[in-house]
Amino acid sequence: MNLNLLLQLAISGFLLGGVYSLIALGLSLIFGVMRVINFAHGEMMVWGMYVAYTILLWTGIDPFFSFLVSAVILFILGYLLQRTVVNRILDFPEAMQVLPLVGMAMVFENSARIIWGPDYISPQSRFSLHSLSLGSIIIDTPRLLAFSLAIIITIIVLLFLKNTDMGKSIRASADNRTGALLVGTDVNKVYAVCFGIGTACVGTAGGLLVPLMPLSPHIGAPFTLISFIIVILGGMGSLTGAMVGGVIIGVAESIGPELITNIFHGIGLDLDFPHTMKQVVSFFILIVIMVLRPQGLFGGKRG
Amino acid sequence: MKRIYALLLIALLFLLVLPQFLSSYALGIFILIFFYAYLGQSWNILTGYTGVISLGHSIYVGIGAYVTIYLTMTLGLSPWIGMWVGGICAGIVGLVIGFFGFRFGLKGVYFVLLTIAFAEIGRLIVLHLKVFGSFQGLFITPQFSFANFQFKGNLPYYYIALGYVIFSVIVVRLIERSKIGRYIVALREDEDAAESLGVDVFRYKMIAICISAFMTSLGGAFYANYLYYLHPGTMMSMAFSIEIILRPIIGGMGTVLGPVIGSFLITPLAELSRTFFAKAGYEGLHLVIYGFLLVAVVLFFPRGVISYIKKALTPVLSGLK
Repeated sequence: MNLNLLLQLAISGFLLGGVYSLIALGLSLIFGVMRVINFAHGEMMVWGMYVAYTILLWTGIDPFFSFLVSAVILFILGYLLQRTVVNRILDFPEAMQVLPLVGMAMVFENSARIIWGPDYISPQSRFSLHSLSLGSIIIDTPRLLAFSLAIIITIIVLLFLKNTDMGKSIRASADNRTGALLVGTDVNKVYAVCFGIGTACVGTAGGLLVPLMPLSPHIGAPFTLISFIIVILGGMGSLTGAMVGGVIIGVAESIGPELITNIFHGIGLDLDFPHTMKQVVSFFILIVIMVLRPQGLFGGKRG
Repeated sequence: MKRIYALLLIALLFLLVLPQFLSSYALGIFILIFFYAYLGQSWNILTGYTGVISLGHSIYVGIGAYVTIYLTMTLGLSPWIGMWVGGICAGIVGLVIGFFGFRFGLKGVYFVLLTIAFAEIGRLIVLHLKVFGSFQGLFITPQFSFANFQFKGNLPYYYIALGYVIFSVIVVRLIERSKIGRYIVALREDEDAAESLGVDVFRYKMIAICISAFMTSLGGAFYANYLYYLHPGTMMSMAFSIEIILRPIIGGMGTVLGPVIGSFLITPLAELSRTFFAKAGYEGLHLVIYGFLLVAVVLFFPRGVISYIKKALTPVLSGLK
């Protein structure tokens, strides 16, 4: 087994995991407050990616700055989506809440296809091909930048929730909707803002991912699934869980295929576990965690 | 209530003579109507009657299609026999998913995710199998004969697909009237209450998912032998699962005729709008419309079109003088 390669993969997975954390944070925030799963999460992230891409195309401004625009636009989209659709399904049986958001996912995915075309695009940004080397380990600069920005933004969101009035209202409505209503919180507005923050997180992550991977309208669904897996792994509604889970999944997807291939060879099986099957690793983790510890690593009680 | 049977019989007779007056293209649309009605009906057994949402039914379609074709390819086994083997395989997979889901009490969204996870794992595995052409997909060279389930022209497929729909309607009606049907509807309405009255919730959910998986995979065998091309990216994807569930939701879940009515409404609309928008250069616009439809139906008509049809037909059916 090539330890150097594994370490290399682990680091690049860890860095990508930071961005996954930000995606999952958005989902977890929405779930924690509204008890609704945003099935259009990955598709909204793709919109964030395309916004940053369009800005790069038109003005040449790097996605590492224009992700702010993605965040703002996705905030508005999320706010409107909450007001028009999500707010009406809050009291539906849990199972019926899934379907309208699946419908919205189709709307986002295919409207992106109509607007930006169906093909894969890999935009070249300024930092695309830079890398740092530490000994024998090579670190992609865009990955490192994306990771650092994702962590900074995560911390800002957490501080916002902890210290501002709006953040306090959000946490109050999450704890007890009726109680928050009784003390005069405009719960509908708080919910809409919260949904907007959740989608702004994922829009930001989308912007940060533009230099890291080719984009197409159809890459959203796997990200929706990955963010669910992270949230379930970390614990529904737990923000710490989302962060830790993101890193775990990032590393697992990165080193999983290599490790499993090695294990296959070790026990004498002539089988490869190709990298294109890396999602199987996450799905496997999902099934194991749902069966053994459905409340997740950091979840207090059953979500 | 007898009158509804008379009405259905008239509709059936009409459908039996209809192909005389249709072009091959129109026949193709009717085949798809029946095909999706059948898949929707199979999904309806699980989700409509037990209330457990599955968003991973494409895996059963895939199992049905690939097992049937594999048996034909290697053993020369007729699809008419192979489809039952595929059905049994799908039933077993359904039981495994059900065991994980129901034994460990995964409800609502958790169960939805479990079904998606299994479907995605299935899709990725098939995508990497060389026997099935991995990323290129599998082309089937048709050899036309009844035993091979492969025919020239659409007419035989029309009658087979119609047969599928009739089969599924009868099965669902029988389930609905049986004890099992009463139990699963009871546990859909209130699981705790049903359990406290002695309904073995786990057992009846397992029965429902097994029947549903089995029936869905029979549809997969049809799909393979009708299209002659299999690719996990289309027929085992989540998008295909959504195609399956859209029609019963719009028609009315948990009813015998809802999926059929939903398919008659949506499939022609989908086919025509797809070709129309593709010609106009807006490929994918029909899916945007689907998405909005799904939102609108759940928000405004959660009980489906069938409840309105029922209301409109009440005077006819109850025989008011």
